[in-house]
Amino acid sequence: MNDAEFGILACGTYVPRHRLPGQLVADAHAWFQPSLKSVSGLSRSFANWDEDALTMAVEAGRRCLSESGDSVDHLAIASTTLPFADRSNAGIIREALDLGSHIDLSENGGSQRAASSTLSMALRTAGDTRTLLLASDCYDSQPAAADEASTGHAAAGVVLGPGEPIATLKASVTLNQDFVDHYRSAGDAFNYSLEPRWTRDAGYKNQVVAAWSQCLVDADLDRVDRLLVAAPGGLASALAKSLSQENAGAALSRSIGYAGSAQALLVLADALGHANAGETVALLAVGQGIDLMIFDVKRSAPLTPSGEPLIEDNYTRYLATRRLLAIDEGIRAERDNRTSQSAAWRKHEAVTAFKGGKCSQCGTVQYPMSRICVDCGASDSQVLVPLSSRHGKVRSFTEDWLAFTQRPPLVFGNVGFGDGANVMMEFTDVLPGQLEVDTPVELRFRIKDLDERRGFRRYFWKPTPASESRG
Amino acid sequence: MAKGISDKVVILGMGCSRFGERWDCGPEDLMVEAFSEAVSDAGIEKDDIQAAWLGVFFQEQSTGKSGIPLSQALRLKNIPVTRVENLCATGTESLRAAAYAVASGAVDIALAMGVEKLKDTGFGGLPERTKGSVEDLWLPNSTAPGSFAQLASAYAAKHDRAMSDLKRAMAHISVKSHDNAVKNPKAHLRRAISEDDVLNAPMVSYPLGVLDCCGVSDGAACAIVCSPDVAKRLGRSDAVSIKSLQLSASNGYELTNDGWDGAHTMTTRIAAQRAYDEAGLGDPATDIDLLEVHDCFSVTELVLMEDLGVSAEGRAINDVLDGRYDADGDMPCQIDGGLKCFGHPIGASGLRMAYEIYLQLSGRAGERQLTSPSIGLAHNLGGVPNRNVASIAIYGLTSL
Repeated sequence: MNDAEFGILACGTYVPRHRLPGQLVADAHAWFQPSLKSVSGLSRSFANWDEDALTMAVEAGRRCLSESGDSVDHLAIASTTLPFADRSNAGIIREALDLGSHIDLSENGGSQRAASSTLSMALRTAGDTRTLLLASDCYDSQPAAADEASTGHAAAGVVLGPGEPIATLKASVTLNQDFVDHYRSAGDAFNYSLEPRWTRDAGYKNQVVAAWSQCLVDADLDRVDRLLVAAPGGLASALAKSLSQENAGAALSRSIGYAGSAQALLVLADALGHANAGETVALLAVGQGIDLMIFDVKRSAPLTPSGEPLIEDNYTRYLATRRLLAIDEGIRAERDNRTSQSAAWRKHEAVTAFKGGKCSQCGTVQYPMSRICVDCGASDSQVLVPLSSRHGKVRSFTEDWLAFTQRPPLVFGNVGFGDGANVMMEFTDVLPGQLEVDTPVELRFRIKDLDERRGFRRYFWKPTPASESRG
Repeated sequence: MAKGISDKVVILGMGCSRFGERWDCGPEDLMVEAFSEAVSDAGIEKDDIQAAWLGVFFQEQSTGKSGIPLSQALRLKNIPVTRVENLCATGTESLRAAAYAVASGAVDIALAMGVEKLKDTGFGGLPERTKGSVEDLWLPNSTAPGSFAQLASAYAAKHDRAMSDLKRAMAHISVKSHDNAVKNPKAHLRRAISEDDVLNAPMVSYPLGVLDCCGVSDGAACAIVCSPDVAKRLGRSDAVSIKSLQLSASNGYELTNDGWDGAHTMTTRIAAQRAYDEAGLGDPATDIDLLEVHDCFSVTELVLMEDLGVSAEGRAINDVLDGRYDADGDMPCQIDGGLKCFGHPIGASGLRMAYEIYLQLSGRAGERQLTSPSIGLAHNLGGVPNRNVASIAIYGLTSL
C-alpha cells in the first residue's frame, strides 16, 4: 500500500432542515440594531430543538459510512459545541453508528480549525488505519449579534485511509498564531467578537497570502480549479479575493451560513461531490492560524441528498427552539426527565444503536428485545438486529398539542419496520398535516429528552418522512 | 373445569359521589360520600362488611398507597383492606376482587371502592407520569388523547373512510353523551352541545378536539356485594347479579407487532368473548339492553362498538350516525353521560358504570330511566390502545 493511495475514501454532510432567513433577523432587531438590515439577503441553517453537535455528527457519520461501507479503526470528532464536557461524546456517536467497541476515539475542539487541522495531520501521517473524521458545530449566536444570521449549524465527515480515494493530499501548510479575532471562554454561552475589518486586513490576509504561495510551490501549481475558504462569509470572500480566486464554497455558505469547525469538511465534501477526476481543490480554514490543503481529485464522490428546507417564519419560535428565549412552557414541562443510568446502561444497545430482537425460531422482529418472543412464545431465541437503517411506514399517528414539547405539536405514532416489527415513536422534522398512514419514514438520531435540572440529555431515534431525493 | 362466577355474587347496595372538579373534597371525603349512599342502600351496618378493596390509580395524587386510605376514611374496624390498581380498569378490578372473595365463600359481605382525586395537580388534563426508567428511554412523551387519537388515523385508513365522516360520527357520540348527562344530577358536565361545537372545538390531539375528550374529574363509587343466599337472608327477593367479570391484559403484541392494525382494541375483543361465554349470552348485538363503555375519547367509543361485537366490522360510523346508541336507540350507550360527561375519576369509573347499570336494572334511574332493561354491560379500557387492560362486566336481574 503506497502513500498515493491514502486519501479521502468517502465523505458526507448533514445540514439540519430548518432555515432562518436573514430578513426575519433584520426585522426582529430593526428597532435596536438597524445596521442588521445588511443581513436581509442571508439564510442560515439551524438545528431543531432535538439536535445538537452530537446528533448532527451521527447523521454525517451515517452518510459517510453508507458510502464507504466498511468499519473504521478510529473515530474522531471535531467540534467546539459538543454537549458533554466530561462524558465521551465520541463514545455515544460510536454506539449510534454501531462501530466496534474497541476502536480508537478522539475529540478535538478549542478552535474553528479543530477539524481542518485533524484532517491535515491525518492525511500527512497516512498509515494503514481507517479514520472516520466527523466535524459538527451547533453554536447559537446571541440574538442581535452581528453573526446571528450567518452562523449555521451543520456537520460533515470524511473517511480517511488506504484504498481507492476520492481525493489525495498534494500539499499542505499549517500555521498557528494566537490571533484573537473572537473567543468564547469555557462555560460561556456566546462569542466575544472583535472588529471584522481588523480580523481581515491585519490578521488572516497576510498569513493566507504567504501560505498560499508556499502551498502552490509545493504542489507545483499556479492556481487550483476550486478554492474553498472555510471562514465566516465576509472574511471568506475577502481572503479568496486576496488569492485572486473565487471562493467555490460561497454559495453553500449563503444558504447555510458558516458552521464553525464543521465548515471545512462541509465545503470540502460538497465540492468533492461536484468535482471531476483530475481537478485540484484547495481548502483553506482559519482559526488562530490557518490550515491550507491542496487535493488531487481522483474520482467524483456522490453528493449527500439533503431534505427540503423548512423556512422559519417566526423569529420567536426560532429563539424558543434554540432555547434562547425562556418562554413559559407550562406546568407540564416540569415533568422530571431524570435518567436512571442503570436502566440506560442495561438498554444501551436498544436505545443508542436502536437494536431490536429477532426471533431465531419464527423470524419476528420486536423492539425492545425480550426474553420471550411476542409472536411464537419461544424463550431466549432472540438475537440483536440493527433497525436504525431500516425504512419504516406510518401505521397510525397524531399531532398532540397537549403533551409538552419544545416545538409543538408532539407528533407520534406507530411505525412498522418490517418482519412484524412495530414501534411507537416520536417523529421529528414533520409539519402538521404532513403525515398519513403509510407515509414512508427513515430514522434520525435525536435528543429524546432534556433534563435541564441535571444538565443531562438522552438520545434516541425518531422517524421523519423519507427524503424523496434518496435513490 | 372452572365455571366462573356467574350469578354467584349479587349487589346489595351501591353509592356514587357527585363527579366533577371537587375542589371542596379530598379523596377521603369522596369515599365517605359514596359509601354513605351504598351502606344505606344495602340496609346493613358498616361493621357487617368483612373485607374491602380500594381501587385508585394515581396514588401519588393525594390518595396514597395501600388499603389504608379507605380503612382510615371509613374508620373500618381493622378488616382486611387491599389496594388494587389496573389502570383505567381499576374500579372494575376492585369489584372483581370483592366478588371473588364472596364467590369463594371466604366472606359474606365485601366492599369494593374506587376513588380518584385528579384535580390537585394545578393543570388541565391527566397528571404527568412520575419518573419512570426504561420506558422513558424510548417511548414518546405521549398523552392519553394523543395515544387514543392513533385509533382514528388507523381506523379511517383501514376502512377507507374519510376523516370527515369519522369526525362527524365522533361528534355525534359526544353530543349524545352531553344530552344524556343533562338528566344526571351527579354528572360533571351537564350542558347540551351541538355537532358544530364538537367539530369546531380547539384541537387537542389530531383529530381529537377538546369536546372529543372526556372529563377529568374527581369522584368515588362503591359497591357492597354478597352471595345470593346472604341477600335472601337479608330479605331480598330479587337483585342485580354479576353475570360475568372478565379481564384481558396486553402482552406486548400490540406494542411491538404489526399484526395488530391499530384500529381496534384487541384485549376488548378477547375479554368480551370470555364474558359472553361466562354470562351465557348468545348474540351481544341483541341480548344487551344498555352499554356503559370506556368512552375516554369519542373515537374510543366508536371502535369499541365493533370490538364488543354490537356493530359489524367497519359499520360503527353508520350505526352511530343512525342513532343506534342514542338514548332512544336500540342499545343506549352511556345513558348516564359516560366518561365523557359523568366524568372519569379513574379508579372510580368501573364502579360508576356498575352504579348506573344497577340503577337502570332496578328501575331507579330517575329522569333517564330506560324501559325495563334486564342486561347491562360495562367495559373499561385501562391504558392506551397499544398497551392496555380491558375489563368487561355483565350485570343482570336475578330472582333469589
